[in-house]
Amino acid sequence: MSQVLLSLYRKYAADRLRGFERMENPGYCSGSFDGLHHPSDDDDDDMVDIAGATLDFSSTDDVPPLSSGGYEEYSSSSRAAGMNGNGPAKLVDPLEDPVPGLGTYEDFNTIDWVREKSKDRDRHREITKKSRQSTVALLHSVSDAFSGWLLMLLVGLMSGALAGGIDIAAHWLTDMKDGVCLIGFWFNHEHCCWTSNETTFQERDRCPQWQSWGELITGTSEGAFAYIMNYLMYIFWALLFSFLAVTLVRAFAPYACGSGIPEIKTILSGFIIRGYLGKWTLIIKTITLVLAVSSGLSLGKEGPLVHVACCCANILCHLFTKYRKNEAKRREVLSAAAAVGVSVAFGAPIGGVLFSLEEVSYYFPLKTLWRSFFAALVAAFTLRSINPFGNSRLVLFYVEFHAPWHLVELAPFVLLGIFGGLWGALFIKANIAWCRIRKSTRLGHYPVTEVLVVAALTALLAYPNSYTRMSGAELISELFNDCSLLDSSQLCGYKQPTNTSETGVGNSLADRPAGEGLYTALWQLALALIFKMMITVITFGMKVPSGLFIPSMAVGAIAGRLLGVGMEQLAYYNHDWLIFKGWCSPGADCITPGLYAMVGAAACLGGVTRMTVSLVVIMFELTGGLEYIVPLMAATMTSKWVADAFGREGIYEAHIRLNGYPFLEPKEEFEHSSLAVDVMRPRRSDPALAVLTQEGMTVGEVETLVESTHYSGFPVVVSQESQRLVGFVLRRDLLISIDNARKRQEGIVSASQVVFTEHAPAQAPEAPPPLRLRGIMDLSPFTVTDHTPMDITVDIFRKLGLRQCLVTHNGRLLGIITKKDILKHMAQIANRDPDSILFN
Amino acid sequence: RRPTVKMKRVFLLEALSVACCVLLSQVTAKNSEDIRCKCICPPYRDIEGQIYKQNVSLKDCNCLHVVEPMPVDGKDVEAYCLRCECKYEERSSGTIKVTIIMYLSILGLLLLYMVYLTLLEPILKRRLFGHSQLIQSDDDVGDQQPFANAHNVLSRSHSRPNMLNKVEHAQQRWRRQVQEQRKSVFDRHVVLS
Repeated sequence: MSQVLLSLYRKYAADRLRGFERMENPGYCSGSFDGLHHPSDDDDDDMVDIAGATLDFSSTDDVPPLSSGGYEEYSSSSRAAGMNGNGPAKLVDPLEDPVPGLGTYEDFNTIDWVREKSKDRDRHREITKKSRQSTVALLHSVSDAFSGWLLMLLVGLMSGALAGGIDIAAHWLTDMKDGVCLIGFWFNHEHCCWTSNETTFQERDRCPQWQSWGELITGTSEGAFAYIMNYLMYIFWALLFSFLAVTLVRAFAPYACGSGIPEIKTILSGFIIRGYLGKWTLIIKTITLVLAVSSGLSLGKEGPLVHVACCCANILCHLFTKYRKNEAKRREVLSAAAAVGVSVAFGAPIGGVLFSLEEVSYYFPLKTLWRSFFAALVAAFTLRSINPFGNSRLVLFYVEFHAPWHLVELAPFVLLGIFGGLWGALFIKANIAWCRIRKSTRLGHYPVTEVLVVAALTALLAYPNSYTRMSGAELISELFNDCSLLDSSQLCGYKQPTNTSETGVGNSLADRPAGEGLYTALWQLALALIFKMMITVITFGMKVPSGLFIPSMAVGAIAGRLLGVGMEQLAYYNHDWLIFKGWCSPGADCITPGLYAMVGAAACLGGVTRMTVSLVVIMFELTGGLEYIVPLMAATMTSKWVADAFGREGIYEAHIRLNGYPFLEPKEEFEHSSLAVDVMRPRRSDPALAVLTQEGMTVGEVETLVESTHYSGFPVVVSQESQRLVGFVLRRDLLISIDNARKRQEGIVSASQVVFTEHAPAQAPEAPPPLRLRGIMDLSPFTVTDHTPMDITVDIFRKLGLRQCLVTHNGRLLGIITKKDILKHMAQIANRDPDSILFN
Repeated sequence: RRPTVKMKRVFLLEALSVACCVLLSQVTAKNSEDIRCKCICPPYRDIEGQIYKQNVSLKDCNCLHVVEPMPVDGKDVEAYCLRCECKYEERSSGTIKVTIIMYLSILGLLLLYMVYLTLLEPILKRRLFGHSQLIQSDDDVGDQQPFANAHNVLSRSHSRPNMLNKVEHAQQRWRRQVQEQRKSVFDRHVVLS
């Protein structure tokens, strides 16, 4: 399949190539453009020629640099028409930008969705128009339409393969803390004992091929000395792994730290963080994620996998012009990539799509939904064919039981929901407080020390308790398990029934009284619960890749299991109670503690992230327990209600707010009754708005105006007196165009007029030629009147993804509202510091 | 330059497809060791619970084929086997081996590169240019940055082949980006905190 697609694409590439060669205008000496190229960007392409053409390093930067290979494409044909002023200047042509760099954004800025979308529509129209003219152009248009799906396929393949690799490596490295496999160091514990027949029913993972470090060093597997050796080695490896992780992150890609979901959410809403989805971030995040997970820190790999998938998508976007040049189109792909990330993290393709829709994405049209669906499918298939768990299943937590549940049990499920909500709210408060301390005090200056201290603390406290010693994923899968006859773990340490009535055909057992082993397990679990709750608060947000799903699920699963066992014992000893009568007679298997663990896990995750639909779908895809949708729904909903009562925002929104990213929350309602005139700039006391006039200003004046202010855009008006609006020019475009014209266009000096009108005004014959800039002006800026209520304005901003909006009064330009102004205004209403919004 | 870019894209796609093929063949090529049928038999009467593993194909993966020696007599076999649970599992040890070795080598390379950048390069630089220039270049880039722009200094005085210069240039640009990121994440705490 992929072969066919690839060959198709190759054909397309070759066609385009020929097309470009034809387009090359021999009249222009290509050397003359060199002055324009930013010197630092110039070398990108050549670097790859050395690298052996295996990976296109030049264009895999996060945001296309000014020269990412697209110069000749537009420089030849449009230059004359666009800049020199012979004939009417065209509007910005989608395929042939007059000047490189026009229409790009600076780092830490917000994109204008409307402009990007209309750019794409123009481009599409152009291609459709051309496709009627020749076969080559037709092929081009077909491949252009197809490129989105091809891109999705590649994203799915790449992310699936990476996730499979991460799974395998993380398993192996986690087991490395315990010991080593003598028949091949690359095997983890389970695969080491793959064929060994020495495993027993009680200790199913012990085999002579696998040697613990204590055994290897002291020679015996028993005794205090071996235990201490194991303990020390465990701490040593934990420290080593976490140290490597944090130093690699620090040295090569600082953006690779953390979970990544808050930032991706912000990026998808239209923010630009250069390098955040670049190749180095991808490499370092992949490598250090394995280290961080294996170091035993209380963190998961799910959030970072979303980041990894988004990096893959962003890098692959550079292969396709359609996505390379358009920030809005690229964000559609990134939305789908977020779905892929969850799909491979949990083996839950549909849950991933819903996760992207509910939690991460800002703009999610149906087309993106289908693409996400396809990409999630490809990724799940790839992961399945790699088979990282060695059990031909996608997921780690597959549950085997199918015991029914009774209506009465909804009460404990709701109780778990309440617990999850409380824990979620508490966790968010505590974690944000801790992160604020880290951000504002000296603690933040010692990231390496912090990670090492937390890792040492975790390892020191975790090792003695077997439930914290194992990895989070393992713990959850053990807690989800039901105690059948086949199980021999401590959690299933029930008293054996006195009469071994061999009536049951399957291996499910009736409720039994708890035995010695279970009591031990219970207090160990209780300790583990407290430990996990504490340590997760300080772990999340450290400067290593760290996800939140697994730790919060672990907390919920422990709590759920405890409650489940409690319910089971209650039912066992009190069959005659009214609530148990009728459905829980002696000898029946009426309560399944594993189910409680599942419900608890969902509740806690729901409380922390405030997901609902996607969470339930992820949970049942994760466990295969289709029967338990209603309990899961009940618990998730309760948890969301309870948590929302304490604070409306989930952990990701809280982190976005902490960092002051410009994120306009689509879920929040704006209720204040302010008007546009209250929010707009300039305020009453401020100097008047800085505007350009459509004619009459010289290049020098424009430059002075731009230099003396820091605004990112300027309205263009008919004249200073009438203040009637013509259009809007972005600062970056203006600077690039003037700079470009000064270098390349003859006769442009400081005294040249800047003209935004369609026809140049009559000038004295000896005056220098005018600089025509109509092409870079947005002729359709959004305007509202000064009495527009802010709730409508906020809606316009949210739904259209505006970056700025002009305010008029009786047709006269009055002021401007930017996204940042709105965010500041909202912060003010909510009694927060408006200066906490840092970026444009 | 446009053609080279396109060619590279084509090459990249080709490389990707080859990688996919290799991966697929890796996955499908099965070692005989890589399949097992694992039967877990719970305690039965006075017989302890047992785990049996056999290297058999999927169709033979049942209690009768795998449990050897059968711990019970003829008439009890059926009752015993009903309680056993047999699972057919397969893995690909080739994939595991390749993944782990690849992971370790990438990790090793990164560590080496990091060590080179932090430790060896300043020493090299000092050897080459003596003390005075070192101070000067430190002034240029500020002393907070562990990866000082040594390549800048190195390449300034040597006229090297064009290609190498360009690699260094790209590398230097990358380093500047990393420094910028490090400043905003670790020092100023404006993003990702």
